[in-house]
Amino acid sequence: MSFNSPAFSFRRVGAMVLRHWYLLRSSWPRLLELTYWPAVQMFMWGFLQLGVAQQTGTFVAATSTFLAGFFLWDLLFRGQLGYSMSFLEEMWSRNLPNLMISPLRPAEFVLSLMIMSVIRLSVGFIPVTILAIWFFGFNLWSLGLALVFFFANLFFTGWAVGMFCSGLVLRNGMGAEGLTWSLMFIMLPLACVYYPVTTLPLWLQPLAWLLPPTAVFEGMRALVLNHIFRADLMLWALGLNVLWVAIGAASFVILLRGARKVGSLISVGE
Amino acid sequence: MDALTSMAAIEVDRLTKHYGESIAVDGISFRIKAGSITGLLGGNGAGKTTTIGMIMGLVSPTSGSVKVMGADMAREPYRALYRMNFESPYVDLPHRLTVRQNLTVFAMLYGVSEVAERISRISADLDLSEFLDRQSGKLSAGQKTRVALAKALINEPDVLVLDEPTASLDPDTADWIRGHLERYSATRRATILLASHNMFEVERLCDRVIMMNRGIIVDDDAPEHLITRYGRQNLEEVFLDVARGRREPVLENEAAK
Repeated sequence: MSFNSPAFSFRRVGAMVLRHWYLLRSSWPRLLELTYWPAVQMFMWGFLQLGVAQQTGTFVAATSTFLAGFFLWDLLFRGQLGYSMSFLEEMWSRNLPNLMISPLRPAEFVLSLMIMSVIRLSVGFIPVTILAIWFFGFNLWSLGLALVFFFANLFFTGWAVGMFCSGLVLRNGMGAEGLTWSLMFIMLPLACVYYPVTTLPLWLQPLAWLLPPTAVFEGMRALVLNHIFRADLMLWALGLNVLWVAIGAASFVILLRGARKVGSLISVGE
Repeated sequence: MDALTSMAAIEVDRLTKHYGESIAVDGISFRIKAGSITGLLGGNGAGKTTTIGMIMGLVSPTSGSVKVMGADMAREPYRALYRMNFESPYVDLPHRLTVRQNLTVFAMLYGVSEVAERISRISADLDLSEFLDRQSGKLSAGQKTRVALAKALINEPDVLVLDEPTASLDPDTADWIRGHLERYSATRRATILLASHNMFEVERLCDRVIMMNRGIIVDDDAPEHLITRYGRQNLEEVFLDVARGRREPVLENEAAK
């Protein structure tokens, strides 16, 4: 038998993706969970959009951004949740020490969680976008190539927050699990998902622009309402995301080091 | 035997771990010869788990160092980790994955080249074949322990760290596991470090016993020498003496009289 332990191994990344794929495949409640909540939300926003659109014509255009806003917000939230949930599965199953004493490097672990967040999101997200076409005639995919920029930027932000949350759970144990579910919601009012940035008080607007998703949602509204692709906003979001991902990765490494220092890796779950 | 196995497999040098004000491990040093089976004994809170955690790289030392096969575990753990493995009843494998899926994942993580062949061989060795495709969470305690051992042996480690490998097992299964560990150590010349509260197990398996109490090493010798020096019938009585601070060891020359 021969072994190898290179500094970075896609085989080890593949092993981790396979581990989570096996888990998803074996559990219909997990698969259902990926779809049902986005579907419920989509129906709620879809009917709201219909209801408001039946009012005065001035609102019609504005309300067409509701569903687009919902889809992009859900992508952001579920991108982070998909990352964090795969990580939490290791904590819940008390498997984390097995991984931490294996040759799996932190970068490989992080990459596998990112891949899993894309897989998990695809399982739930794509069917719901098709449902939206069927029920409300809203086709997210008609936004075209701009979606690549929207999706990429939202995934980067989701992963950055996911890395930070996972680090907190590593360092502080399952007591920090709640933050994994709720931290992203801090962004909801500030990222201006359903309204333009100008709606915020003047003093709050600079803070909103420091959140990469704010530029994505503004860009989405420019595209849906004015049919203009705002490359400047996408570049701004990308620049911020480079910073956010770097901070997320650094915080994960620092919190992992802290976990080794306080011994929380040998008392997983407490 | 290669160059690495001719050196000490594990070298612990003035190892200390503080958790805030509490001192879990207080400046311990020992070397474990390659190919030996060593028991790490001590009551609850003696510092065994923290010591094992530092050896595996799960806990960073406050001071001192741990080297496994020459690799400093605080600085370059990945030089050693692919040649080590660990088993503990307090660590699980994912319950919803089948035994085969779990072993496949860990074989890939450890860079095992012929995964299917290795799983087939280890399943035969550990008598897992009949439940390879059953979910790990649906196995009995004895079956789970055998699967955990299979995971710990998937990479045929040169250094195997075991934390109470037979805890909560019936005597028949525990005996079976001990027999397998003896054969593995003998055939592979593997180094085994074993933390256990089962003194019978330690007497049977270990060439050497390191006894810890309140973070320090209070004795370190072959089991039979410890029994003689403490003037006791078995290791359990020695353990109780050490844990309760009841009796000092008889000096070697006095014991020989």
